[in-house]
Order: sequence, then C-alpha cells, then structure tokens
Amino acid sequence: MAQSVYIPRLTRGALKVWRRNWDVFFKTYQVNFLPPFIEPILYLLAIGFGLGMFVGEIDGVPYVEFIAPALVAISIMNSAFFECTYSSFVRMYYQKTFDAMIATPLALDEVIAGELLWGATRSFIYSSVMLAVLIAFGVVDLPLSLFILPFSFLAGLLFAGIAMCFTAITPGIDALNYPSFLFITPMFLFSGTFFPLDVLPGGLQIFARGFLPLTQVVTVTRSLTLSDLSPYFLYSIGWISVLTVLFFFVSIHLMKRRLIV
Amino acid sequence: MDATTPIIDAQDLSKTFGSFVAVNNISFSVFPGEVFGFLGPNGAGKTTTMKMIQCVSPKSGGSLKVFGREAGIYQRSIKKRLGVVPQETNLDTEFTCFENLLVYSRYFGIPKQEATGRIEELLRFVQLEEKRDVLIERLSGGMKRRLVLARALINNPDLLVLDEPTIGLDPQARHLIWEKLKVLQAQGNTIVFTTHYLEEAERLCNRLVIMDEGKILVEGSPADLVSGHVGSDIVEAEHTPEVIACIENMGVSYEVFGDMVQIFTDNPREVAKSLFDTCNPGHVFARRGSLEDVFLKLTGRALKD
Ligand SMILES: Nc1ncnc2c1ncn2[C@@H]1O[C@H](COP(=O)(O)OP(=O)(O)O)[C@@H](O)[C@H]1O
Ligand SMILES: [Mg+2]
Repeated sequence: MAQSVYIPRLTRGALKVWRRNWDVFFKTYQVNFLPPFIEPILYLLAIGFGLGMFVGEIDGVPYVEFIAPALVAISIMNSAFFECTYSSFVRMYYQKTFDAMIATPLALDEVIAGELLWGATRSFIYSSVMLAVLIAFGVVDLPLSLFILPFSFLAGLLFAGIAMCFTAITPGIDALNYPSFLFITPMFLFSGTFFPLDVLPGGLQIFARGFLPLTQVVTVTRSLTLSDLSPYFLYSIGWISVLTVLFFFVSIHLMKRRLIV
Repeated sequence: MDATTPIIDAQDLSKTFGSFVAVNNISFSVFPGEVFGFLGPNGAGKTTTMKMIQCVSPKSGGSLKVFGREAGIYQRSIKKRLGVVPQETNLDTEFTCFENLLVYSRYFGIPKQEATGRIEELLRFVQLEEKRDVLIERLSGGMKRRLVLARALINNPDLLVLDEPTIGLDPQARHLIWEKLKVLQAQGNTIVFTTHYLEEAERLCNRLVIMDEGKILVEGSPADLVSGHVGSDIVEAEHTPEVIACIENMGVSYEVFGDMVQIFTDNPREVAKSLFDTCNPGHVFARRGSLEDVFLKLTGRALKD
C-alpha cells in the first residue's frame, strides 16, 4: 500500500486518457481555435504597435518584438494552467470522468498523467497557432523561433503540474480563483513580460528570477525569438526541467491523496 | 474456476473514513452465476462496499478477494475482468453513444475493429441502436442508464458490479433495465448489485444481504428471508388495546408499527378469522410478507428514504 502511494504506475494508459481529451478538443475545435488566433493579434495591435509608439525600443529592440515572445510564454502558461485547474476540476468533480476511467484497468496515476500531458499539449497547440501569427507579422526571428514548438510542451507540462497541485487541494471550483488571481495574474505582469525585469526593485528582481516560472519561460522564448542566447537561457531551461519533473510527481501524489479514499 | 470457488470472498471487511465506520466487519461470498444483491437504505455502506470490490477504494480491515485474488494488490488484473455501473452516471457528455463506448473500449485496450462490432451489438442489446450517433445530453435518464450498462459490458466482464442500476428512473424505465439484467442472468453472468428498492431485490436476486449502518443484518434468498423472519404472510389490524389483548391470547408473534399491529404468520386466513371472531378489530388486511417487512422487523424503520 504505502509503496503504491509513492511510485506512480505509469503505462501507455496515460496516452488513452490524453487521447480522450484530444478527441473532445477536436470535436469542438471551432470554439477552441479562435481564441489563440485572435488574442495575439489584439495584443500586438494594442500594446505592441499602439503602446509601442510611445515606448519605442527596449534594449535596442522594437517594443513589439520585445513583447511578442512574452505573448507566446503567456499563452503557454494560460492554456496548461486553466486546462489543469478549471477543466480538470470539472472532469474530476462534476462529470466524474476520472471515476469512470479508474473503473477500467487504468490506474489513477495514469489518469492524472494523461491530464498533465494533455495540458502540455494544449500549450503546444495554442502557442503554435500564436507563433504562426507572430511569424506572419514578422516580429520573431527564424529559424530559432521554431524551437518554441518543442519547448512549449515542456513548459506547458510545468504549468500543468503546478495547476494540478492546486486542483488536488482546492475545496471547490470557486477557490481556484485564488491561484488565478494571486499567482497567474501577478506573473502575467511581473515576469519580464511587458517591461524588463531590471526596472523592478532589487528584491523583486531576485524573486522573479528565482521563483516565478513565467520569468524562466519568457527568458527562453525571448532568447529564441530574438536569436540572443544568454547564460540565463540555460539556467532557465534547467530550472524549468527540474521543476517540471518535480511537479509532475507531486501533483499525481496529491491527487491520489485526494481521490483514493 | 469451479462453482464452489467464490468470485468474491469478503471476510470481516471494514472501511472507515477517519473515525467514521462506513462498513463494519461484513462477510459474504458470491459464487459464479449468482445474482447477489445488497439491499439497504441510503448510507448503509453499499456504495462503499462496491468501491472496494471494484478496487478503487482500499479496505481498512479484513480481507477481500475478487476472482481469488487480493483486491488491494491485483487491482489492474481484477479491473480488467469487471464491468461497472456506478451509482452516478458518468458518461462523457461531449460524445455520442457510440463514441462513449469506443473511448471506453480503449481504456481496456480492445482493438478498434473488435470494439466497433461489439459496440453495435451492445447498442442493440440495450435498445439504443437508433441513438447511436446522438449526444448524451439528448438521452432520457433511462437511456443513459442503459448506455452505462452497455459500457459496463464492453470488455465481456466475468463479474458485473451495479450500484443502484435503476436509481431515479420511472417504473417503465426500471422494468426495461430489469429485463436486460434478467437476460444477462440467464446467460450465466455473475452479477452483484445494490439497491434500496425492495421490489428490485425481490425480483432479481438469487441471494441477498440486507445492510444497515455498515453491517449486514441478514443473508439469504428473498423467499427464505421472508419466511424465516416474518412468515410467508402478514395480517395487519388497527392498534387498539382490545386487539392487543386478543392477539396476546392467541399466542402469535406480532409487532406494533404506529397505529398498526402486524401479525407474522404462515396461516393468514386462520389468524384473520379468529381476529374477526373474537376481537372486533376494525380493519383487517392480509398480504404476502416482503423484504420490506424483514427490514422493518430488524431495524424498526422503513427502507424508503
Ligand atoms: N469519502 C467519504 N468520506 C467520508 N464519509 C463517507 C465517504 N463515502 C461515504 N461516506 C459515508 O459512509 C456511509 C456509507 O455511504 P455509502 O456507502 O455511500 O452508502 P450507500 O451507498 O449504502 O447509500 C455514509 O454515511 C456516507 O456519508
Ligand atoms: Mg450508494
């Protein structure tokens, strides 16, 4: 017993769970594909070009090119995070989808792993669409920007794992608003997204570099879209990799604690 | 596995949630080809017991073997051979009937070709072939329950576990489910199900246990339980002092429920006759004994919520 708590039983079963979500997504693709398409265009026009008129350049980079990689990073964060909080919670609590799945040979570990992989896949899908828009606007460098595609899956998996931890401990769906407002929204603003971290007070800067996942993701996407690989790039990739693995297992563990009673 | 090896064997099985005891040291065995029922009011511990059998909830004490294997250890190999109808319908609302079964078949690793044939067959069996490509939200409650039943059969299970299969359905829809379960029973399937509908237990079970507050009160076939605990028939009369005095004189066993006196007997005519002859009983009413009476006698409460 004690053993099964800590060692997730993962087989290809997780892919069947992933496939179920994939099938649902493409059944309703009309509603699913429009947002990632429209959103970056709005941001580019309003903030990139509009606000950019007054900002001009940041560190010698036109403002619109400065925020373009941040838009991708934010979309990676949002798609996995909201998928594995609100949507996973609905499947778990209201639709009882997890219950249906674990009545088959699938173990709960595989169900959660499948959900996490799906969250990462959503990040991949959304950021791919977004990247296409950014390429069309000519605000990102090629070919390095294409590495965002595999990277979006890794970073998506990180946010999926973090999100699943919240889902595992939340008392109800409304309480998920707390991580959304207190964790996601501040990151959205203070991760070197719309202005460089250097302008923040020293303490906050260290906090953002050390603890905010979005900071790492923005660092990576920006290095790629500007073809400018600084040492921070490697640090961020390492940071993301380690925490992705950590949250993957912790979230499965917390979910088992919640659901296997 | 021969007919004497139980499909399910539970000994002193218990389940606690914190300090609350939901299932309290129950023992029972289910044999191949049996339809075995758990009858009891809400909160009796039926669902908790089913979840332990399904290997999705670990037991707190005792032993539980399914197909001869420890349920807490061999979850995957046991679950492969189970068909489960949960108390709460949990179909994928985004999918059609066909898609629901197809997605579910993947969880069992059934190749698509094989699954497709089987799904058509199962949709026919539960009379949903016309709803094949209809979204779940367009189905009635009874149709959804039948689809869940079909889903439970997708892997040709060796044991069907049904938790309140007809809960919340109107009589007609319930009859249709019973009909299907009768067919499955006739085919020799082993079925375990829970219910708080007495009629359902009486109609379907070969054997059942009556549960209350986590304990098994009695076990047996419906007919044996009725004749053993309340006699084949029941005579009801108004509860008045004269009637009581008179019954005491007759030396038969009786019980008082509110404004009624119930006399348990295998001889309803005689009892009714002597009541009329000697004690001026007002209304007298004779009927067959039922599992409800067994429950009432054992707990002093009615089964219904
Ligand atoms: N996860 C749980 N945590 C705490 N109590 C529970 C849990 N599941 C069931 N119970 C309690 O255990 C008792 C038996 O529940 P259940 O098995 O669902 O009864 P039944 O299916 O017979 O209606 C009830 O009092 C219920 O409130
Ligand atoms: Mg129940």
